[in-house]
Amino acid sequence: MLPLLLALGIIVISGCAALTAWNKPRLSSCIGAGGTVLGCAVGIIPALEVLMGGATRSLRCAWSMPYGSFFIELDPLSAFFLLPVFFLSALAAVYGGQYLMKYKDTKKLGPAWFFYTFLVASMVLVCLARNAVLFLIAWEIMALASFFLVAFENEKPQVRRSSWIYMVATHLGTACLLPMFLIFGAHAGSLDFDRFAHSLPQPLASICFILALIGFGTKAGIIPFHVWLPEAHPAAPSHVSALMSGIMIKTGMYGIVRMLTFFDVPPLWWGWLVLAIGIISGLLGVLFALAQHDLKGLLAYHSVENIGIIMMGLGVGLIGWSAAVPSVAILGMAGGLFHVVNHALFKGLLFLGAGSVYQAAHTREIDHLGGLIKKMPWTGACFLVGAVAIAGLPPLNGFLSEFLIFLGSLRGAISMGADVAVPLIGAVAGLALIGGLAAACFTKAFGIVFLGEPRSKTAADARESGPLMVAPMALLAAACIAVGFLGFCIVPAMSGVVTGILGFDAGPELKMAGGSLGSITAASTALLLLLACLAWLRRFLLSGREVGSSVTWDCGYTAPTPRMQYTASSFAQPITHFFGSLLGTKKRLQLGGRYFPGAAEFATHTQDMGYEKLYRPVFTAVKQFCERFLVLQHGRMHLYVLSIVATLVVLLVWQLR
Amino acid sequence: MEVLIETAMMLLILTDMALLGLSRLRPCIAASAFQGMLLGAFTILAHLHALAPRIIIIGLASFALKGFVFPWLLRRSIREADVHAELEPYVGFSLSILAGIGMLGASVWLSGQLPLAAPAGGSVVVPAALTTFFTGLFLIVARKKAITQCLGYIIMENGIYVIGIMSVVHVPALVELGILLDVSVAVLVMGVAIFHINRQFDHIDTDQLDSLKG
Repeated sequence: MLPLLLALGIIVISGCAALTAWNKPRLSSCIGAGGTVLGCAVGIIPALEVLMGGATRSLRCAWSMPYGSFFIELDPLSAFFLLPVFFLSALAAVYGGQYLMKYKDTKKLGPAWFFYTFLVASMVLVCLARNAVLFLIAWEIMALASFFLVAFENEKPQVRRSSWIYMVATHLGTACLLPMFLIFGAHAGSLDFDRFAHSLPQPLASICFILALIGFGTKAGIIPFHVWLPEAHPAAPSHVSALMSGIMIKTGMYGIVRMLTFFDVPPLWWGWLVLAIGIISGLLGVLFALAQHDLKGLLAYHSVENIGIIMMGLGVGLIGWSAAVPSVAILGMAGGLFHVVNHALFKGLLFLGAGSVYQAAHTREIDHLGGLIKKMPWTGACFLVGAVAIAGLPPLNGFLSEFLIFLGSLRGAISMGADVAVPLIGAVAGLALIGGLAAACFTKAFGIVFLGEPRSKTAADARESGPLMVAPMALLAAACIAVGFLGFCIVPAMSGVVTGILGFDAGPELKMAGGSLGSITAASTALLLLLACLAWLRRFLLSGREVGSSVTWDCGYTAPTPRMQYTASSFAQPITHFFGSLLGTKKRLQLGGRYFPGAAEFATHTQDMGYEKLYRPVFTAVKQFCERFLVLQHGRMHLYVLSIVATLVVLLVWQLR
Repeated sequence: MEVLIETAMMLLILTDMALLGLSRLRPCIAASAFQGMLLGAFTILAHLHALAPRIIIIGLASFALKGFVFPWLLRRSIREADVHAELEPYVGFSLSILAGIGMLGASVWLSGQLPLAAPAGGSVVVPAALTTFFTGLFLIVARKKAITQCLGYIIMENGIYVIGIMSVVHVPALVELGILLDVSVAVLVMGVAIFHINRQFDHIDTDQLDSLKG
């Protein structure tokens, strides 16, 4: 436990030190980023040890907090979530060190680093805490730290709005967690997690499960609790978006999985519910991503989609668990959890890439970019790796986790009765559809942003980002590729994690799954070799000939301009049109001229459905209700004090009566 | 000893009544300063039989802060704001004194009901403390000028202080000092606020501050 506490200490202290170096942006960045990297390096060692089969470690100290105890434990499940926390936090910190330098004259960087380190430390503590009070404290620190980070550019009204939406959403989630822990605590007689296990009788267990699903799901961003993601992720600085989307929302997943260890074998409908949420989140997430014009907004909706995929894995696992088919349960859980790590890698990479694009081109509007791969080859290449990975294409890591989920659902679908087979077939169909749409979406994102010609002056003037921003991206891209090829040894190593959740030995099953992943690796290697051969062949055939380069085919126009290229919305139009009833895209078309064409205008805007249809009406109604009490806010301090005094005196007299 | 404590309590109640009945601010501040010094002395007097260093420190701190520092700050505020009297209070001065007598009666009744261990100073201490507490609250509620309200807070704290010193023998010194610190910060903040309110609005009548509400 000591190395982990040491890591926490280093991270927190470096944050405080960065805060004191208030007026020296370079120094505070060095301290903040350096401390985070050092702390993460120290902390990742015990996590790896436990994951490799080391013994679970725990530490329990008394604490003066009522019902609280400082009880932390590092078991395989925690270690599994800590791994991406430490890895991505360190890389994002290095990236942020250079990214934030742009703001060094206009902003104080000390607070930004202070909150960054506290975000990292609180995420670590969330994964370690084994007492509800400690957990909730860490959870709230995490929410507050990320709130302040989202509000970094708080001089922009849009950013202020986004950060408040995030604040409200995260606290609505916590509002569901409190009663859940209280129900657990009331039945177990203690708020320590080790007393929770198998303590709840059935109807209460289901209530707790629903509360956990809403509470943790809000943080994770499942539909319909996702509204804060497309607001907060674009507003935050990019390394923070990477951290929030890559890991912070996964703490919600961690919470759900951790809760699952407290219950007995779940009823079948839990699996149905989780799977349904997963399919809906995945599908709507990727559809809304297709309709986005903002690069980071697009990535934010893809977080919703990937959380959906993770939920689908958990749902398949739950269905297998309650139907007593161990192989389905194990493969589903393992696929979902593996996707947690994979998503952390490629989504972190993509957000860092988007930040790099934003700093170079000063815009996140996809339709203002273009041709960036010539200006920013490194960013472009890394973004491409991330895009291929997130689209779930082999040989990269996104494919492997989706493959496990496919494998699990297919195995259940062919062997079980209708009540199990139908949702699993739904999972297969949904996952396939999501994968296809994601591929389309990232073809759009990568194609419009990096290929073609620049669509604006700022995009034309873009320059490659500095080495400290490129290196983390390159490392993440390398990790995506490495995980994609090493899946056959990573998946068997997850047996401790899955065994910890399900309660029965997952080792043999995962070893078999590792075997099938091994054949994928073999196929991927063969593919790479084939590609290498083709490249060599091309070089061989071209050697000795004259090779020239010229513009891309430009339709034979005499005066082509970049504006004639496909835009992002026109690229996605066939799909968005097909799903138009789900998206509710607003179009505005103005044609000029009567007989001859004049100046014309066309704009599309896709509002978030959950926000428009669900939250806005509810919050408007609440606001109208509350405004009735505005008469009480008369502004006369005497009367405020008088009413407080009167209440106190009445209470006192009533008590002494 | 009992006599001394009882006398101190009587003086406390009398200063409360004076505060309720006075309209000019300077005598009000003087009364609160007197009350502060009284309490400082009383702290040491009440514990003469078992004098601990922390009691002396608390007593001296209270004596100095409430007897000299706060009044000095408040007088400065008066000078800067150029306000010298509470002109149109919500509750008139004679009515205030009547209310004070009512509060005294209520306090005596309340102290009989409260499940407190009998304090060292006999039956007068708790009613006197409660009266002081209520007087402070009354001043906050019934007066318009920000300075009088500030005085109200100080008086209210005096009431808490007496109960703290007398009823609970082993109140941690930190808590006492914490309250003292609290009040000094409050007075400082109010002093600054009064200054700014005055500069902004040309008066310190808190009833007109509702134009600020959102």
